[in-house]
Amino acid sequence: MTEATLNAMDLSRQFGSNFAVRDVSFHLNKGEVLGFLGPNGAGKSTTMRMLTGNLAPSQGGVKICGIDIIENPKEAKALIGYLPEIRPLYKEFTVNEFLSIAARFHKVKSSSVHKAVEAAKDKCGLAHMSNRLIENLSNGYQQRVGIAQAIIHNPEIVILDEPTVGLDPIQIREIRKLIKEIGKRHSVILSTHILPEVEMVCDRVQIIDKGNLVFHGSIEDLKQHRLGNKLLIGFSKPPTLTKLKTIKGIEKVEKDEKGMFILKFKNKYLPAEEIVYLAAKENWGLYHIAPHVTSLEDIFMQLTQVQSLDNQPNKVKQT
Amino acid sequence: MIINVARKELKSLFASPMGWIILALLMLAFGSFYLQGVNNYFEVMSGSIRPAERVGVTIFVGQTVYGIASFLMLFAVPLLSMGLISGERKSQTLPFLFSAPITLTEIVVGKFLGLIIFLSILVAYILLMLSTLNIWSDIDFGYLLSNSLGLILLAASFSALGIYFSSLTSQPIVAAILSFIALFALMGLDKFFGSQPNHWFGYISLMKHFQSFSRGIIDSKDIIYFILFITTFLVLTIRRLDSDRLRG
Repeated sequence: MTEATLNAMDLSRQFGSNFAVRDVSFHLNKGEVLGFLGPNGAGKSTTMRMLTGNLAPSQGGVKICGIDIIENPKEAKALIGYLPEIRPLYKEFTVNEFLSIAARFHKVKSSSVHKAVEAAKDKCGLAHMSNRLIENLSNGYQQRVGIAQAIIHNPEIVILDEPTVGLDPIQIREIRKLIKEIGKRHSVILSTHILPEVEMVCDRVQIIDKGNLVFHGSIEDLKQHRLGNKLLIGFSKPPTLTKLKTIKGIEKVEKDEKGMFILKFKNKYLPAEEIVYLAAKENWGLYHIAPHVTSLEDIFMQLTQVQSLDNQPNKVKQT
Repeated sequence: MIINVARKELKSLFASPMGWIILALLMLAFGSFYLQGVNNYFEVMSGSIRPAERVGVTIFVGQTVYGIASFLMLFAVPLLSMGLISGERKSQTLPFLFSAPITLTEIVVGKFLGLIIFLSILVAYILLMLSTLNIWSDIDFGYLLSNSLGLILLAASFSALGIYFSSLTSQPIVAAILSFIALFALMGLDKFFGSQPNHWFGYISLMKHFQSFSRGIIDSKDIIYFILFITTFLVLTIRRLDSDRLRG
């Protein structure tokens, strides 16, 4: 078991009688990127606010490297870098001024403030923007400043709440690269509602819906859900279903609405070769054969819907 | 840490035109009242009054300038304090402060201190201006110091109240109007109860406590009043911010 830098224990948060987050427990290992996935209003931001001490949990607790954030907020907060959903930038300052303030607030020694600012700017590609007013920066650069202030004091844990929202595709790619880079040195929690983003950036993922955790596991687990040993095949002169079923390793054959076949096969078998051979021999007119990928969206829908059947629907207040 | 917050706040005040404009306008006003005071002194004191009724130049000019200064602070402080917390609420920058390793007390006291440092520029300016009278006459520095202390305590009380109202809303203008009304009422309480000079309501008036300073008397009773006033509103502000964290 690797060392956990963050432990959330049975976190719950009520707004009035509504649960925004209910009994969420998880941990973050050193040096991993944890994706926090969920639709809008699922309780992602509320959880993040509780993790960073911006919101007091109704029940449960958070430990940062073994330090309780409610009992020792000062020590615990020094170990976290946080970028909220709406980036907290003082727009009247220049990038340099703002980052020095951030460094000083996070207890960077005054002799090394300058060095810390330079290092953070380097990492986030802001070096040529040093003396520009934050107000005049583009959206993407403002987001970089937001990330820079979160990593300026070299924290153990970096918490980023929807860091790629509202950026254009090129900026999104750059920010993702940056997050990956940060993930090499710090533990990162990243919240998002964009599924491919999690797959690209994260080591582990957990899905939250209506305040409850519905899935947690590695990216491989999620992909397993996704690929699920299926082939999508198209024939112009299709054979009978029973004929296909006789092929070795085939578990189930289905026909979809476009007349394509979905073949589910057992683990360790790969019947593609045999299908191609048979198709050529018996002249079935094979024109398409490819692994059948369930989209992440489908998995997401499956997971969240199963959950809502299990539980009584509880209203969630948007935070 | 308090110093770091104060530094940030000062920087903020000077990064916006608001700070500079208020500073410039107030200095202009103080300067012209000073000039007028000196002119009047020569007119009034040029021998028409009997020697027993003559007033020293320090008191004559000082009264004019400090009187107007305490009145102008009533307008200036709400304008300066309005954005301290409500501005951060509006631009959603409070999480930056809350997630840094700083306590709420440090945040509030730091912001308060930043504003006081800014206002003490004005107080120091007045003191310096009046000290120039010493070039051609012999002035009473004790009177000036007592007035300066009174003015800074008064401005600090205004600021503490202003910060509290700023923490209540996310609209700086609303905060400014509310604190102006509250301060105006508190200043004039003794006037409303003018017929009963010893009514306790008159006693909580800010102006009543400033008066002894403006006569050149440093009374511990008044100092304690101002300190209590400031502490009360700072504590209320801290409680208000803490309830943000608790209630969400």
